[in-house]
This record gives sequence, structure tokens and C-alpha cells, in this order.
Amino acid sequence: MIEDVICSFCGCLCDDLRVEVEEGKVAKVRGACRLGASKIMGHDRIAAPMIRQKGELVEVSYQEAYDRAAEILAAARRPLLYGWASTVNEAHQKGILLGEEVGGVVDSTATVCHGPSILGIEEKGLAGATLGQVKNRADVIVFWGCNPSEAHPRHALRYSSNACGKFTAEGRSCKKVIVVDVRRTRTARNADQFLQIQPGTDYEIICALRMLVAGKDDLLADEICGIQKADLVKVAQTLKNARFGALFFGLGLTHSRGRYKNVDNALSLVAELNAFTKFVVMTMRGHYNVAGIGQVLAWESGFPMSVDFSRGAPYFNPGETSAADLLGRKEADAALIIAADPAANMPRAAVEWLAKIPVIQIDPFENPTTLLAEVVIPSAIAGVEVDGTAYRMDGMALRMRKLVETSFHSDKEILQGILDSLRRLKDDN
Amino acid sequence: MIIKGGVVYDPANGIYGEEMDLCLEGGRIVEETGEKDVIDARGLMVMPGGVDAHSHIAGPKINSGRIMRPDDSRMGVEPRTGVCRPCTGYTVPNCYAIGYRYARMGYTTAFEAATPIIESRHTHEELEEIPILDKGALTLFGSNWTVMECVKENDLAKLAAYVAWGLKSSRGYGVKIVNPGGGEAWGFGANVKGLHDPVPNFDVTPAEIIKGLARANEMLRLPHSIHLHFNNLGKPGNYTTALETLDLLKDIKASRMRQVVHIAHMQFSAYGGTGWRDFDSKAPEIADYMNKNNHATMDLGQILFGSATTMTADAPLEYANARLLHQKWSNCDIELEESSGVVPIFYARMMPVNAIQWAIGLELALLTKDPWKVLLTTDNPNGSPFVNYPEVIALLMSQAKRAEEISRVHELVTKRTALPSIEREMDWSEIAIMTRSASARILGLEDKGHLGPGADADVAVYDIRPDEVDPSVDHALVKKAFTTARYTIKGGVLVARDGQIVAAPQGRTYWVDAEVPQADTERMMADLKDKFEKYYSVRLGNYMVQDEYLSRPQVVRAGTRARVEVAQ
Ligand code: SF4
Ligand SMILES: [Zn+2]
Repeated sequence: MIEDVICSFCGCLCDDLRVEVEEGKVAKVRGACRLGASKIMGHDRIAAPMIRQKGELVEVSYQEAYDRAAEILAAARRPLLYGWASTVNEAHQKGILLGEEVGGVVDSTATVCHGPSILGIEEKGLAGATLGQVKNRADVIVFWGCNPSEAHPRHALRYSSNACGKFTAEGRSCKKVIVVDVRRTRTARNADQFLQIQPGTDYEIICALRMLVAGKDDLLADEICGIQKADLVKVAQTLKNARFGALFFGLGLTHSRGRYKNVDNALSLVAELNAFTKFVVMTMRGHYNVAGIGQVLAWESGFPMSVDFSRGAPYFNPGETSAADLLGRKEADAALIIAADPAANMPRAAVEWLAKIPVIQIDPFENPTTLLAEVVIPSAIAGVEVDGTAYRMDGMALRMRKLVETSFHSDKEILQGILDSLRRLKDDN
Repeated sequence: MIIKGGVVYDPANGIYGEEMDLCLEGGRIVEETGEKDVIDARGLMVMPGGVDAHSHIAGPKINSGRIMRPDDSRMGVEPRTGVCRPCTGYTVPNCYAIGYRYARMGYTTAFEAATPIIESRHTHEELEEIPILDKGALTLFGSNWTVMECVKENDLAKLAAYVAWGLKSSRGYGVKIVNPGGGEAWGFGANVKGLHDPVPNFDVTPAEIIKGLARANEMLRLPHSIHLHFNNLGKPGNYTTALETLDLLKDIKASRMRQVVHIAHMQFSAYGGTGWRDFDSKAPEIADYMNKNNHATMDLGQILFGSATTMTADAPLEYANARLLHQKWSNCDIELEESSGVVPIFYARMMPVNAIQWAIGLELALLTKDPWKVLLTTDNPNGSPFVNYPEVIALLMSQAKRAEEISRVHELVTKRTALPSIEREMDWSEIAIMTRSASARILGLEDKGHLGPGADADVAVYDIRPDEVDPSVDHALVKKAFTTARYTIKGGVLVARDGQIVAAPQGRTYWVDAEVPQADTERMMADLKDKFEKYYSVRLGNYMVQDEYLSRPQVVRAGTRARVEVAQ
């Protein structure tokens, strides 16, 4: 039995799991939610490195795969190195070095999920806290455009609406929970007040709340985008009367009309609430280490995503240097995809272009991206077969444990292998 | 390696500008060496490598600064080279830029001034990526629940056991205290107002926390003293808090040959006035105190005009900054331990408050007689990024330069500060003390800050011929020379030549392993385990920084046992 295992599925990074290992395999996972348990138990793996020959993926050695990957990257003029959300920082660091050496663009899946949040933070900063702080103190919890009941199943009990802590000993009963969403989600069932807003009206609703918080009630109409003013007054009062409030938001806010301006507005609301009480805000990050790649990129390049190394020095201009745009404009001419599945998650134009350029995939598991990859390199599962660092959604760094041995190479080893092949290739020329 | 013919300034060994050769071997200064490698330093100034004892260079705060300031990262861009990783940033540079830029100035060591225990894994991830420099991090204890409970129970042995455990957990080097109690109060949006204002829910006062930690620090015989950021920092009229706090520590005995308290960025705590309108300098009062007492040292926290990024565990202060400046604001409350904030700032010459702050820092340095008590810092990047240290050096060495500057800043400087009347001009030795020798001594780094046999082979050679240059007049030249060392040697390896980085070896990370009686640790752990069960969001088994995060650890031993031996 291995104690204090850290779950490598979602941004909650629950670190209280117990895993039973039998004959070198994970036999039982205790304490995780079903999402986490199924990730750790594992499923069908890519068996061996493969290279596409005449349309078919053919098994090769790791070394052959590295050499082919290096050829692709060396020949490319605008390579994209994309993904990183489901692997550890140690792999990120190697990947960034590789990105520098090939003059590529390093971007993470944040650009298609919480990219707008990062832009919002660039505008306003982020009044945050660690999740333990929320657990110990928060008596008002707002979930805006996120559905932790389905996506982060243990969030409520471990950290937020249902957690017990020093100043919140009675748990759920001493807290007020507000849910704002376009749908009545499972999370909404746990709410004291549920605000069902019309799609694309987040910005207006936040503006109305900011006005109410600022005491400008009389300037507001009786109905705002289909929501009764009285309901918003009630929300605003709850927010202002909090002893410690926490706003969690998800893709419902970042991906509806307004995008990063919604985030900017939400961050402003929280900052302003601090004139009355204590309030913090947090993004509900999806993949377990999507926060980590943002941190590593920031300390290594100065920028948290969409970093273009083609000039030799980091350059950042989201919209221009972000992966989806680079692909959509048909600018990238090769892609290394690691620990992500853009074929399933990117806009159509981007995926269509991805299918036309040489793609190197590094992943433990087959996914739609495998279908369009030219080189497929199976990796050990970080957090199960490899240890390393991951960052929780609140920025807390934890060390993932290695639970079982593997013959697969780790992401870090694979990237180093490609780097070595690349350097040899360059020396030869 | 032999550094030949330099004019050596090694004040720790009583050498004040003597022509001599230096022998380096195996990463150390030695009496003589058979090595053939020669660096020609004939007539040039030679000093120990620079040591920065208070700088914000790694961890969640600075990374938040990078993330919220893409405008800053667009400055200072340098492409990668055969030796160097690419660089970005000015006030919040990336890790590589931090290492190279310090090295270019002849600095070889820098200590991160504040890391919460629970966030230290992140801090070490960044420290590891800073090339060349030796480094360490001071661990935050001032708003920690366990600390406050031990203080409340008056259980000093338990407190010492916790401090030792906290240092180990964070792989930290010393005890940092920031606005004690304030970080906890900020958990519900409040602050502590003064030394004797109880911390809500914990029923201890900042004064008790400071004294408790100072005693524990001495019980543990830590190489560094407590490192203190005062309550009320950054507020008009706060010099009284500063003096009161210093008095509080007068009767504590140092367990080593050093200060009992090091005051962080004194400039921000030397303010008079009842508000920003009648804001004035109380630097003369502080300097007077420092001249009459010997238990404290300080670093300046000099501000310079231009862009900076404020970042501190004093979260209420950052919130106030953001409101005052209408700036973007980042905050991070850290469960059971601390809080923190980040706010960009621009110090303007014509803003009366900024001009007076600028003068206060210089006054403190110039009015405090003993340079061993004052470190030259900007509280990087709070007062200004560290790359501007040479500007401060030039100001301290030249009254003419100060007069020139005073004529270009808000005129209130002449009324609200004593700066215009100060004639003192520092000499080379005093600068050497304030930028390396005193920093090393104050931190308790025995092998740094001097060039005696056995010292680390960290050496800076500057393009200054001390006998030809009059710093009072040639201040532009002085600034230029300290900006770009002719040679920087780190651990016996030439790392920078005329501003070019020629090698980037990995530096070491210092941390303190302090031994305490097992029984105290057990008593302490019983309570702590309960906190992990109930309050922490991280398991005890995942809390401590693992060895993997320090590729070149330099463990400094301390502890209560050694103290007993000394007493006998
Ligand atoms: S909530 Fe997330 S981190 Fe926790 S067990 Fe479930 S999937 Fe894993
Ligand atoms: Zn500081």
C-alpha cells in the first residue's frame, strides 16, 4: 500500500490517495473519485514507438523514433511544440529547451481553455489564495461557469463548498453557495442561490454586480439580460456580507462571449469586494498540471504560454503565437504534440492543418491525434510510473509519486532523446 | 588560477586597496597554486564576489509578477547564445537573466528573501534554474499558526523544534518575519496595527511573535539572525514602530558573533508624518539609533526612479498599494502560514513621496557611521531591479552626483530630508563592505565576502584604477565599472568577461539543518499532525521539499546541542 499518492487527473491534485500495488501493477486505488481512479488504474497503452510508412503506423525502436522526430523538427521552419498539460514540470523544462534549440513555438493547452484567464490576469492581476485557505475560512463560495461536481468531483469536499476547516468547522451548513451558469448543472443542485443566466451575458451580469457592490443600485434596470434585479441584489449582498468569499470560475466564463474581458471583469469584481470584506478568486484548471506548464514557461521565458523562440529570444503575442492560430493560419509546418489531444480539442481549421503537416506524438495513450501522427512515441505515465512536479490549480507545487516500474521512457527521457538526435544531426551538417 | 597584480579590497581581512596576487584552486582561495591560468588584473580593483542578502529572485511571488507583467518581460530581451539561455524582463526577469545579470555586475551569491514553507518546492524549482550564483532562501515564520501557538504557550523549546523543522521542510536558510501577525489577520481582510495589537483569533501580539522567534533563532544557533520586515512598513509615521521593535530585541543575546536582528529594507520603515501630505524622513533618527546600538543591522531597500514591481508577504500593504496607485493587484493567501501580494509601481522624480523615499535610503546609508551595519540593496525588485545597484554606489560615493540628482527631483526633498546637507562620500572599502563583506557576515556565510585562504573563489575584477579615479568627480565612470565587471570568477571559474557570460556553472543552494532534542520535536509533531489532518490541504507526507529539488545542496549545521557545548 502506497500512502499519500497524488492523483494525476484533474487540477485538484488530491494528495491523499492510497494505492495498492500487486506484481508491479496498480491493483486498487482508494480515496480517489472515479475520474482519478480510472486514470491511475490505466487503460490501453500504445505498445511501442511507431513511424508512419505508406499510411500505416509501423513499430520501430525508441531510437529510430527519436531520429525521425529530430529530422522532422530540424527540417521544419516553424515547428510547434504543443500540449504539456498532463505531464510533469521536468518534462516541460526539457521541452522548452528543445523549443529554444529548434526555434519553435511552445504552447500549452491553456490556449484553448484558460488562455483568456491568463490574459485577464495580465490586465488585472489575481487576488488568490491556496485551497487550504479557502477550506479554513470561506463562508461564501461562488462557482461561475464551472461544474466541479462533474469535472473536479472532490473539490467541494476537500477545498470549497463542503469542506470543514478551522473557521468553517460546520462545513456546508456554515456556508452560502452561489452557482452561476447557463444550465442547471449538478453543481447547481448544491447551491443556496442559483443564477441561470442567458448564454453570453456573463459580462453584463458581472457589470451589474459591480454596480450593486459599489452602491449604484438605482442606476440598474429592473431586469438585466433576463435576470431580475432583486436576484442580483441578493447575490451582491451575500458577496458583501461574506466573512471570506471565494469565486471559482471555469470555461463557462472564459469561453462565452467577451472571453478574457469576462475574466477581467470578474477579477475586478473580486478586487472591489475587498473594500468590504475578504474575497479571493481562482481558475478551475482542468488537466492536473496545466498550471505547471504556465509556471515553468513563465520562469524560463518570462511568458506563461504561446512563447515563440524563432527569434532566439522569447516572444509572446497570443492570437499570433498561440497554437490554434498558428495552425489555423497554416503557418506551423511541423508539430510535436505531448500529453494532449488537439485533434479532439482544437478548432476545425487547426485540426485540418494538423492533418497535413508532420506530427510527432508523445503520449502514453492512443487518442484522435494518433490518427494523424507520423511519429508516435509512447511514454511512461507521469504520476504513476514517473515522479516529478505538478502545480495544483491554486499554484501549489507537489511532487507526484512513482508507483510502479515501467519499461516505457519518460517524457523527459524522450525529449532528451530527440534533443540528442537533433544535436547529432546538426553536428553532421 | 592566479589573478595578478590587482588592487585588492578585502575589508574583512583588513585589506583596503593593496596590490597583490590572488591564487585560486579547487574552488577556493589558496596561499599558492601551481596552476598556470593567469588573469591580468594589473592596477585594477579586485573584490570578493558580490553577495546580495535580500533580493526577491525565486518563487511564487516573482513568477506571479512575470505572469501579470508581460509588459515587463518584453524588456531586457536577449537571445540565446552558445553559453546562455535566452533572457527577458527588467523588474521581473526570467531565471537565466537573474543569474547572468548578477554575474555581470561581479555578484556571485544572492539570497531569496522570503519563501513560505509550503511554497518552497516552487521556490527551489526556480533557484535551480538560476545559473552561476550560489543562493539560499529565507523561510517565512511570522504569521504561522504553529509559531503563534508556541508563542502563546510560551513553549520556546517547541518553537525552536518547529523552526528547525520548518527550515528543513523548506530547505531554508534563515528565519524571515514579515509584518508579524499581519499575514494571519489578512486572512479575514484585516491587519495588525502595531507591535501590541493582538492577532485576531490567536491572542498573541507581533511583539511576542518577534521576541519568541528571536529567542528560538538564538537557541538554534542559526548562522543568520532573524530577518525582520517591520509592522506598519510603508506607512507614514512608521519610524516609531521601527524604533520600538528594535528596543524590544535589545536584551536578547546573540549566540554567534553577529547581530540579533537584521532589518529588511529599512528605507520603507523610516517614515515620519501623519499621512502622505506631511510625509517626511526620519532617517536621521533611525541612523542615530543604529549608531548608538549594536544589536541590529539593516539593508537599505533603496528606491530608484523608474519601473519596479513590489512583492512582499505583507499582503495588506500590497492591497493598499494597489488601491493607492489604481494598479493591478495580485494576492496569494497561504494556508496556516502567510499571505503575499504583488503590485507594479513606477517611482517618479516629481512625485513628492517618491522623491523623499529616494532620499531616505541614501540618508540611512550615509548617516549610519559603520558600513558593516548597512547593506546596499533595493529590495529587488521592490525599490528597483538589482541591475541598478551601480547607480546607488555612485550616489553614495559622490556628493556632486547627489546634488545633480537633487536638482532634478521634487523640491520637497530639500525640506523634508537631510540629504542635501550630507557631505559624506563613501570610499571603495565601504562600498566593498556594503555589497559583499557585510552581507556575507550578516548572513553568516563564513566562506564568502572575503578573500582569505579557504574562502570561496568568488572574485570580481572591476575596470577601475583606484589610484587614478576620483569617485567624487568620476561618478559616471564608477557606475559604468560596477555595472560591467571586467572579470567575474565564481568558484574558481571565469564566468563573465566584460559583460559577456563565458560559462554558466550550476551554483549551490545553502540551507540550515538545525538539530533539536528529539523530545521537543515529538511534542511539536503531535500538534502539527493534527493540523495536517484538519487544516492543511496537503498531506504531511507530501509537504517537505524533497532532495531532488537541490542539485547542489550546501548544508549548514546548527542546533541547540551545539549551544550547550559552547555554554560549558
Ligand atoms: S478530484 Fe481530481 S484530483 Fe481529486 S481524485 Fe478526482 S480526478 Fe483526481
Ligand atoms: Zn524584500
